[in-house]
Amino acid sequence: MGRDDEEREATKPTEPQSRGEASPDRDTWERTTLAASLKKLPKRKEAFTTLSGLPVDDLYTAADVNSSDPAKLIGFPGEYPFTRGVHPTMHRARPWTIRQVAGFGTAEDTNGRYKYLLAHGETGLSTDFDLPTLLGYDSDHPVGMPEIGKIGVAVDTIDDVRLLMADIPLDQVSTSYTINASAFALIGMYEVVCKEQGVAAEKITGTCQNDILKEYTAQNEYIYPPAEAVRLVVDTMEYAAKTMPRYNPVSVSGYHIRDAGATAVQELAFTLAAGHCYVTEAVKRGLSADFVAPRISFFWNIQNDFFEEICKLRASRRLWARMMRDWVGTKDPRSWMMRAHSQTSGVSLTAQQPDNNIARTAIQALAAILGGTQSLHTNSKDEAFQIPSEGAIKIAVRTQQILALENRVADVVDPLGGSYYVENLTNRLEEEAEALIRQILDRGGMVASIEDGFIQRHIADSAAAFQRDLETQKEFMVGMNIHIDPEEALPFEPFELDPGLAERQIKRTQGIRRSRAQAETTSALKEIKQAATGSDNVMPAVVRAIKAQATVGEMCDVLREVFGTYRGPIVY
Amino acid sequence: MNIKQPLRVVVAKPGLDGHDRGAKIIARAFRDAGMEVIYTGIFQTAEMITRTVIEEDADVLGLSILSGAHLHFAEEICRALREQAVKDVLVVMGGILPPPDIPKVKAFGVSEVFGPGTPTSKIVDYVRTWQAAR
Repeated sequence: MGRDDEEREATKPTEPQSRGEASPDRDTWERTTLAASLKKLPKRKEAFTTLSGLPVDDLYTAADVNSSDPAKLIGFPGEYPFTRGVHPTMHRARPWTIRQVAGFGTAEDTNGRYKYLLAHGETGLSTDFDLPTLLGYDSDHPVGMPEIGKIGVAVDTIDDVRLLMADIPLDQVSTSYTINASAFALIGMYEVVCKEQGVAAEKITGTCQNDILKEYTAQNEYIYPPAEAVRLVVDTMEYAAKTMPRYNPVSVSGYHIRDAGATAVQELAFTLAAGHCYVTEAVKRGLSADFVAPRISFFWNIQNDFFEEICKLRASRRLWARMMRDWVGTKDPRSWMMRAHSQTSGVSLTAQQPDNNIARTAIQALAAILGGTQSLHTNSKDEAFQIPSEGAIKIAVRTQQILALENRVADVVDPLGGSYYVENLTNRLEEEAEALIRQILDRGGMVASIEDGFIQRHIADSAAAFQRDLETQKEFMVGMNIHIDPEEALPFEPFELDPGLAERQIKRTQGIRRSRAQAETTSALKEIKQAATGSDNVMPAVVRAIKAQATVGEMCDVLREVFGTYRGPIVY
Repeated sequence: MNIKQPLRVVVAKPGLDGHDRGAKIIARAFRDAGMEVIYTGIFQTAEMITRTVIEEDADVLGLSILSGAHLHFAEEICRALREQAVKDVLVVMGGILPPPDIPKVKAFGVSEVFGPGTPTSKIVDYVRTWQAAR
């Protein structure tokens, strides 16, 4: 590449490319200056596209920012349609929250990682739960036993959450829980533990992912049929809005959809459509949309196409604002704000030459910041083969600190706003996503489009197309399908789980089952069943059961009896 | 017999792990290579997988595990296959495995492990080479 540029430079004085005057319009420029250049040096490929396959032109000009009044479409930060950011000051007033997700072993193990992260400058917490917890099995259930504490922390009872949050000042540090099918249980447990720490209900902050729809399309950790699961989500939204008004009960997640193979357009569409589904289902229950919409937040995946990701965040804000204001009819400006957590892309990491992942992650993090994220997780370099080691996760945290403190990228609100390319691509992503959302609504909405595999088909096809492009070298992953080191020795700091963790966890849970006031537990579980069978909100009964030391598995089992379980269509 | 039957491949996801992008990609790749593919979907126990291998008269079993439970399932599934006297089935595995675990799953009976970034063509070639040598 460098060599070609040098040769081109050398020919310049004898073969001037410029006509010596400015072209009056693009057509003239294309016919003269551009045509002359292409004759000597053709484009390096026939067609350029974004990572999502949207065509990318040579150049963008004012003519490509398609609006009669672009300023109106772009607007100002902190005002509808929030293209430039949800807050007027954005990162000038408060930098984004450094929120690394952590979770492994038992509650004590993860609590130790929290403290390590906070000691190194993390400013918010985020929790991954193990598979048995995500799927509503207690640690001593035979199905879950091989997976205890492997990809997240094991939680069976309120005691585990007490240990998980021990010594964490919950009035100062907000915590996010990545849990969905059994989210109702963890939301209740978090509330109880916050109150035990003395945090007033109206001061409780934090987030639960609780976005069940993307489980059926991407992450696959679901228990109940989709319609019943959405009802549970609405229960938690209603409950949180009434009891913990600053808590975000749902973080609608494109992250998993994208890592499962979706394009940026599909990520936008399926995520915003899910958010729309939760709000409209709440309205069907008789709740005001303005009662629930302000506390819905979002979670995006920041992939490798730098500009596309920035534009995706901008487009998501504008489209959500329009959907909430014009489609749903909310009046409260807070209902229109797409507040977001972002995470750099897990699937973009390579197991080969893992140090390269530091560079990938840093550039993706920059895109998230320029796109206006509210909080950020940066992946660790070793995540393509294990739970991150302490050394690797420290580099990931430091990457964000370098961006916050050294690079001055957070000093101007929406610094790329007004770029012809950025505005054009923002418009196109918004249009494409809107068209796909309308298609979903026309075919009966998210639940119907999950049940018949429409969304899964879109994602599987995109994943297969990308794989084909990798194998034919139309797409590149450095170190993996190009610039390969054949004799690579893996620099490897292993992450070791305590081999005794399962035993410790099972012992604790079984001890609680023996010592608790069983009559109270049984009665609270019955109350959950009663509420679920009828149309009452299950959450008050859930909180009662939690206080009576009911387990996540027991509470999920009660709902299994009422709602049944679900297996989605296999689409590949 | 001169007529070559297409290879029958079971692709399975053991345990509670829902990450199925890789399983679906490899199922497609085997199918595109002319093999007969049975993808079990998620949430499979060792017993369910063994039963599918027997009922489908499979030649190859591909396991995809990204949940960190690969040691447990490799051991359990390979043992279940032996106990059911399932012989001559090639067991291959893909997923997120820390490098030191690869020799361990091979000791249980997994023939090869294909980590992140492996071209599907390499996996298809591996299976074909095994078939030719059979």
